[in-house]
Amino acid sequence: MSMRRGILWFILGLALILYALPVYVMVTNGFKDASSVSLATMWQLPGRASLGGFTEAWAMLSPNLRNSLVMVIPAALLSSIIGALNGYVFSKWRFRGSEVLFALLLFGFFIPYQAILLPLVRFLQWINVYGTLPGLVLTHVVYGISVTTLIFRNFYVNIPGSLVEAATVDGAGMIETFWRVMLPLSLPAFAVTLIFQFTNIWNDFLFGITVVPNPQAQPVTIALNNLSGSFSVDWNVVMAGAVIAALPTALVYIGLGKFFVRGLVSGAVKA
Amino acid sequence: MVNPHWLVRNKGLLILLPSLLLTAIFVYGFIGTSFFFSLTNWRTLAVDLSLREPLWQTYTDMLAMPRFQADLRNTLVFTVLFIGLAIGIGLGLAILLDRQIAGRGFFRSAFLFPYALSFIVTGVVWRWIFNPETGINLFFDILGINQVLEAAGMDPLSPGWTTDPEVVLSVNQVLAHVWPSGMTFQIEWGIPIALIPVAIAATWQLSGFVMAMYLGGLGSISRQVRDAARIDGAGEFRMYRSVIIPMLTPITISTAIILLHVSLKIFDLVFAMSGVGPGFATDVPAIFVFEMMFKAARYNLGATASVVMLVASCLVIVPYLMHTFRSRET
Repeated sequence: MSMRRGILWFILGLALILYALPVYVMVTNGFKDASSVSLATMWQLPGRASLGGFTEAWAMLSPNLRNSLVMVIPAALLSSIIGALNGYVFSKWRFRGSEVLFALLLFGFFIPYQAILLPLVRFLQWINVYGTLPGLVLTHVVYGISVTTLIFRNFYVNIPGSLVEAATVDGAGMIETFWRVMLPLSLPAFAVTLIFQFTNIWNDFLFGITVVPNPQAQPVTIALNNLSGSFSVDWNVVMAGAVIAALPTALVYIGLGKFFVRGLVSGAVKA
Repeated sequence: MVNPHWLVRNKGLLILLPSLLLTAIFVYGFIGTSFFFSLTNWRTLAVDLSLREPLWQTYTDMLAMPRFQADLRNTLVFTVLFIGLAIGIGLGLAILLDRQIAGRGFFRSAFLFPYALSFIVTGVVWRWIFNPETGINLFFDILGINQVLEAAGMDPLSPGWTTDPEVVLSVNQVLAHVWPSGMTFQIEWGIPIALIPVAIAATWQLSGFVMAMYLGGLGSISRQVRDAARIDGAGEFRMYRSVIIPMLTPITISTAIILLHVSLKIFDLVFAMSGVGPGFATDVPAIFVFEMMFKAARYNLGATASVVMLVASCLVIVPYLMHTFRSRET
C-alpha cells in the first residue's frame, strides 16, 4: 500500500513541476538583471536576484495598473448589486414569464463578444464614452449582469421562502424585504460574484483593446501585450511585467480560493 | 382596489427593467446590428449601409478565402486537441486526488491556479517556452537527448513549435475522393504543427478547472457505491472505469460544452502566444474578426465572421441551456 502511495506522490509531484514551469519562467526571469537575462539560460535561476526588471516594468505598467483598478472596482461592484436585485426577483418574486426573461438574460453570458463588438464601439462613440474608462466600466457591467444574476438566483433559491413571507406579513414591501432580510444573508454570494467579476474583468483583453485605443488609458493586460511585442524592451522586464499583471488575481485566488471555486461552479451553470 | 399579483408582477418587472433594457440593446440589438452589417457593402472606413447584391455575397466570399478556411480547420483541430487533453488530464488529476492523501488541498489549489491568470499573462510566457531558440528546446540539450542523437548520427531535435508552417496528416486526398465537387479547398486539411503548442498552453490553463468540476462530482458519489464495487471484486482501475467514470457522464458533458465554448471563441491566448502564425497556421476566427474590424476596416467581412462564430456557439449552448432548464423544472 505504501508502494502505491509512493507512486501516487511521484505522479502528483511530477505534474506539479510541469504545472509550475510557466510560473517558474515568469518569476525567475523577472528577477534577473538586464545583463544576465538571455534566451540560452532561460531555465537557470538568477545568479543573484535583481529588482531592475520589476522597477522598469512598474514604471511602464503602473498607469495601466491604475486604469485596471479604476475599471474593475466599480464594474465588479455595480454588476454584483444589479445581479443581487435581479436574482432576488427571479427566485422569490416569480411571475408568469419570468423564467423566459431569465433565460433571455442568461443568453448574454454565452455569446462570443465578437458578435456585438462593432455595434458596441459605434454605440459607445455615439454616447461619447468610447475610449474612456467609464465606457469600459459600462461594457463590463452590462455583459456581467447575466452571470451575476445567475449566481444570485441560484443562491437565493436555497433561502427559505418563509423568510420572505414572514417579512411581507409584517408589512414590508418587496424592496424593504430585500434590504432587511435578503441582503444580510447575501454576503457569501457577494463574495462569489465580486471575486468572479474581479477576476474576469481584470483578465479581460478583448473589450480593453477594442473599446480603449489610447495606450495611456488601457488596462494592464493590453499594456502587457504591447510590452511583450516591443523589441526594445528587455526580456526580464516583460517577465516582471507578467508577474505584476498577474499578481492581483493570483493574490485573490490564494487568499479567497474557496469562493473562487464556488463562482466557477456557478459560472458553469450548475443550476 | 389593488390586485397583489398585478403589483408583484409590475414591481418585479420594474426592478428587472434596467437589466432587461440593457440586454435588449447590448445583446439582442447589437447582434441584430452585426448581422445587418454583415449583409451590407460597408468594407472601407466610409460607412456604406447599402445591402449587398446578392445579399449573402460576403458569406460566400469569406468561405472561399483560404485564410477563413484555415481558421475553420484550426478551430476544429484545436477544439479536438484541447478538449481531449484537458478532459483526459483533468479527469486523471481528479482521480489521483480522489482519496485521503496528505497535501490534497495544496495539489488541488496548485492545479487550479492557472485558471485565475489571464490568457495574456500566460500567453506571453508560453510564447517563450515554445520559442524554437529557447524554452522547451533547451531541454533536449540539458537532458542530453540531442547529444545521444548526434552520437548516433542523427539530427538534433529542434522543433519549430509555433513557427512551424507544416500541416501534417492532410486529408485533402480523402476529401477529394469522397467529395469531388469540393475541390474549392485552398488549404491543407490536416493538423497544423504550430497549433499543438497553443493547445498545450490552453490545456495547462484549463485542465485544473476540469479537475475541479470532476472533484465536485466525485465528492457526491457515495461510499456505498465504492464499497459495493469493491465487494464485487473490482480493483481500483476497474472501479473507476466501469462504475465511477460512467456515473460522471453529466459532468463530462457540461465540462466539454464549457470547454467547447472556450475553444470556439479563443482569442487572447493565441493573440499573445503566436498571433496568426506562419501561413495562418494558428489563426482563429476571433483574430480574423478583430483584424477585419480594427485593422483592415473590412467591416462587413468582420461582421460576417462574427455571425458565423455566434451561430457556432449557439449550436452548442442553446440545446445545453434548454436541457438544463427543462431538467430543472421536472
